[in-house]
Amino acid sequence: MAAIDATRHRIDPPLERIPEVGRIPAGSPIEARLEKIWETAPGWRGWLSTVDHKTIGVRYLVTAFLFLVIGGIEALFLRIQLAGPDMAFLTPEQYNQLFTMHGVTMIFLYALPVLSGFSNYLWPLLLGSRDMAFPRLNALSYWIFLFAGLFMYISFPLGQAPNAGWFNYVPFSGPVYNTGPNIDVFALGMVLLGISTTVGSVNFVVTLFRMRAPGMTINRVPILVWGTLTASVANLFAIPAVSLAFFLLWLDRQIGAHFFDVANNGQPLLWQHLFWIFGHPWVYVVVLPAMGIVSDALPTFCRRPLVGYTAVALATMATMLLGFGVWVHHMFATGLPTVALSIFGAASMVISIPSAVAVFAWIATIWLGKPVFKTPFLFFAGFVALFIIGGMSGVMTAAVPLDWQLNETYFIVAHLHYVLLGINVFPVVGAIYYWFPKFTGRMMSEKLGKWSFWTMFIGFNAGFFPMHIAGLLGMPRRIYTYPSRMGWDEVNLITTVGSFIFAVGVLIFLVNVVLSLKRGTRAGANPWDAPTLEWAVSSPPPAYNFATIPTIASRHPLWEGRIEGEKEHTRTRLEEGYLLMRGRETLGTSPIDAKPVVILKMPEDSYTPFLVGLFVSLLFVGLLLHSWTFTALMAALSCAALSVWMWPRRNLGQRTARHDPASARRGGKGP
Amino acid sequence: MSGTAPVVTPLPVGSAGKLSGGWWGVIALIVTEASLFGYLLFTYFYLAAQTGQDWPPTGLPGLLIPGINTIILLASSAAFWAGERRIRQGGVRSSIFGFIAAIALGSAFVAIQLLEWKNKTFSINSDLYGSLYFTITGFHLCHVIIGLGVLLLLLAWTMMGYFDHKRHVAITIGGVYWHFVDVVWLFVFSALYLSPYLQRG
Repeated sequence: MAAIDATRHRIDPPLERIPEVGRIPAGSPIEARLEKIWETAPGWRGWLSTVDHKTIGVRYLVTAFLFLVIGGIEALFLRIQLAGPDMAFLTPEQYNQLFTMHGVTMIFLYALPVLSGFSNYLWPLLLGSRDMAFPRLNALSYWIFLFAGLFMYISFPLGQAPNAGWFNYVPFSGPVYNTGPNIDVFALGMVLLGISTTVGSVNFVVTLFRMRAPGMTINRVPILVWGTLTASVANLFAIPAVSLAFFLLWLDRQIGAHFFDVANNGQPLLWQHLFWIFGHPWVYVVVLPAMGIVSDALPTFCRRPLVGYTAVALATMATMLLGFGVWVHHMFATGLPTVALSIFGAASMVISIPSAVAVFAWIATIWLGKPVFKTPFLFFAGFVALFIIGGMSGVMTAAVPLDWQLNETYFIVAHLHYVLLGINVFPVVGAIYYWFPKFTGRMMSEKLGKWSFWTMFIGFNAGFFPMHIAGLLGMPRRIYTYPSRMGWDEVNLITTVGSFIFAVGVLIFLVNVVLSLKRGTRAGANPWDAPTLEWAVSSPPPAYNFATIPTIASRHPLWEGRIEGEKEHTRTRLEEGYLLMRGRETLGTSPIDAKPVVILKMPEDSYTPFLVGLFVSLLFVGLLLHSWTFTALMAALSCAALSVWMWPRRNLGQRTARHDPASARRGGKGP
Repeated sequence: MSGTAPVVTPLPVGSAGKLSGGWWGVIALIVTEASLFGYLLFTYFYLAAQTGQDWPPTGLPGLLIPGINTIILLASSAAFWAGERRIRQGGVRSSIFGFIAAIALGSAFVAIQLLEWKNKTFSINSDLYGSLYFTITGFHLCHVIIGLGVLLLLLAWTMMGYFDHKRHVAITIGGVYWHFVDVVWLFVFSALYLSPYLQRG
C-alpha cells in the first residue's frame, strides 16, 4: 500500500515531470518511506498478492528444485530396475510412467523454471531497475507454473501418469493405443504450462527493452540477460507449436478429430514436426540462460572480464537462430527425403560453431585470468568440460548415417544427459553457490561445497559416460529390462552406481543449503568482489532494489578503475541518481541507448494474478473431466478477474480522474 | 556517452501511449499469437498436401457469404480506428459511436460465421477436412469473441469518462489487438476459402 500515493487526492497526477536527482542514505527517513512504498504486506495476504520479482524468483527456484528432487527419485527407481538383467523391481507399465514423468519433470518443470527463477530474481538487479516490466504478469507466470506442475502429477498417484515418453509420439499416445487419462493429463498440462512460459517470456523481452538503467546500452548488459532474452524470444515463436500439437492431440483423443489418425488421412509425422519445431529451440532455451550465468559468474572467479563479450552475445543469438532450423535431426529415421536430411544434418553441424565460440571464450577467460578455486568456479569449470563432451556426441549424431545407427539407443540418452545436466544442472548449482549470499545474506559452506562438487562430478561421469558404450553396444532406450546375454550387464551396473553417487552429491548440496540458511557466515553486499550491478545493493536486497536509479558507464560497474586499458572517463554513479518516489516508480529507457524516456508507474501487490492463475488452471481441470459447465464457468471467472486486472488505474496514469466519484475509495489500492 | 547526462526536459509519467509497457506487451502477445496461427495454417497445408482425397472433400467452398463476412470484419476494424482517431482529437463522445459500430460489425461477423458453421455438411469429427476447418475457424472465432469482450470493456470505460485526448492507452492497446485479429482472418480466409481454387486451377 502506497501510503504517500499522491493519487489519493482528487487530482490527476501530472502527465509529465522532470525526475529529481539526489541521494538516499541508508537508514534515513526518506529511505524508510521508499521501503514502505515497495514492501509487501505481511502474512498470507502478502503471500498471495506479492508481485516482488525477488519473492517470485525464489519461489521459482524452490519449486523447480522440488521438481528436480522428484524427477531424480524417479530416475533412481529406473536405475534400480536396470542395474542388472531381468530385474522385476518395476512392471513395464510402471517403468513407462516413471521414465516419462522423469523426462517431463526434468525438461519442463525443472530446467526452464529454475533458470526463470534466477532471471526473475536477478534481472532488475542486473539492469538497475526496481522491478520487471510486468510485475503482476510475473506473479501469474509463477502461479500457472505451479498449478501446471501439480496438474501433470494429478494422475500419478492413481497409476495413470503420462506413459508415452516426454515427446509423446502418436500413434502410441493417440486414442486407440492409450485409452486412459494418462495422455490427456499431459496434453492439457502442457498447454497450461505453455501459458506460464509465454507470459514469462513476454515479461523478459519487454523488461530488457525498457527497464535498463540509464547508460546501460545494449552492449553493456550481462550475458545472462542475453541468454534469457534469446530464450524468451524463441519461446514466443516456439511455444505455440507444442501447445497446438498437444491441443490437436487432445481433440483427436476426446472429440474424435483426425489430425493424427492414419485411417482417416491424418499424419503421425505431423506430431513429430510440430513437437520438434518447438522441441529443438527448447533445448537451447533451457541451456542458453545457464550459459549466460557462467559467462557472468566465471569472470568473477578468474579476476578479469569475460573474453569476447560481443562474440559470446552474438553466438548466443546465432545458436538460437540456427536452432530453429534443425528440428528434423530428431526425425532422421522417419523416412524423410534425402535432401531434407542433408540440409538439416548440415545445419546441425553448423550449430557447433557458435557453441564453440562460447566454449573458447570461457577457456580463454580461465586461461588469461587468475582462477580462484572456490566452489562456484569448480562447477563452472566442470560445466565447460561436460559441455565439450556433450557437444562432441552431438556433432556425431548430427551426421545422418551415424545417427541411423545411434538413434533410439542409449548413446542418445548419454548425449542428452551430458548436455542437459552439463549445461543446466552444473551451472545452476554453481549459480546457487554464487548467488546464495545475495539471496539470503549468508555464505554457503565451502567445505561441503567442494565435497558436493566432486561427488556430483565423479558420480555424473561414472553414471552417464558408460551410457555411450551401452548405446554403441546396441542397447535401445526405453526398454524396461534386458536379457543377460546381450553384454550390457556391466555398463548398466556401473551406470546405476554412478547415478546413486551423483544423487548423494546433490543431497550434500541440499544439506549445505539448509545448513547455510541457518548457520552460514554473514555475507556483505559483495562477498566475491564481483563486477556486476546486483552486488552493489545489500544482501538480501531491499524491496525497492535501488534507492536511486543508478547511471551506468561500463559493463562492469564495480570494477571500474581497476582494469587496464580502460578508456572511459565517465564513471558509473550508484550513490546519486533519480529519486522517483511518488508511489511505485521506476525509469523507462530507450531500447538501444538506454536514454531515459518515461517515468513508469508500477502496480502494487494484487490478488488478480493468483485468481487468474487459479481459474485458468481449474478451466483445464474442467476440460480434463469433460465438465463443460464447470469449464465455461471458469472461463467466465478468468475473464472477470482479467477485467479487474486490466481496469485502467489513475495512479498508473492510465486514465483521467474526471467523472470518477469512486476514485477516493479505490485510489492507489487496486481491486 | 548517451543516457548518462541528467534529464532536463520533462518525461511523461505512467502509461503514455506507445511508451507504455502495455503497448510493448500486446506487440509481444501478437507475435506469439501470429505464430500460433502460422502453425495452424502449416498444419492445414501439411495435411492437405499429403491427402489422397479430393480437397476439400465436399467440393469448393462458396465465396459469397464468407467474402461479405470478411468485408464486415474489416469494416469493424475501420470503425474502431475511426473511434480511436476521434479520441486523439479530443472527441470522446463521438468516439463512442465508432466503438459501438465496431462491436456491432464484429458481432455480425460472429453471427454469420455461426450460420456458416451450421450449414456445413461435415463436422469436427466426421473427417480430416472437418477437423481442420472447425479447429482453425474455431480458433479464430474464439479470438474474435475475446476481442469483442475487450472492445466492450473499452466502450464501457470510454462511457465512464476514463479517457481523454492525452490518456487513452487502453484504447490503443485493445485496438491493435482487434486489428490483429482481423488481419489474421485474411490469412485464414485465404487458406481455407481461396487456396482450394488455386489448387484446382
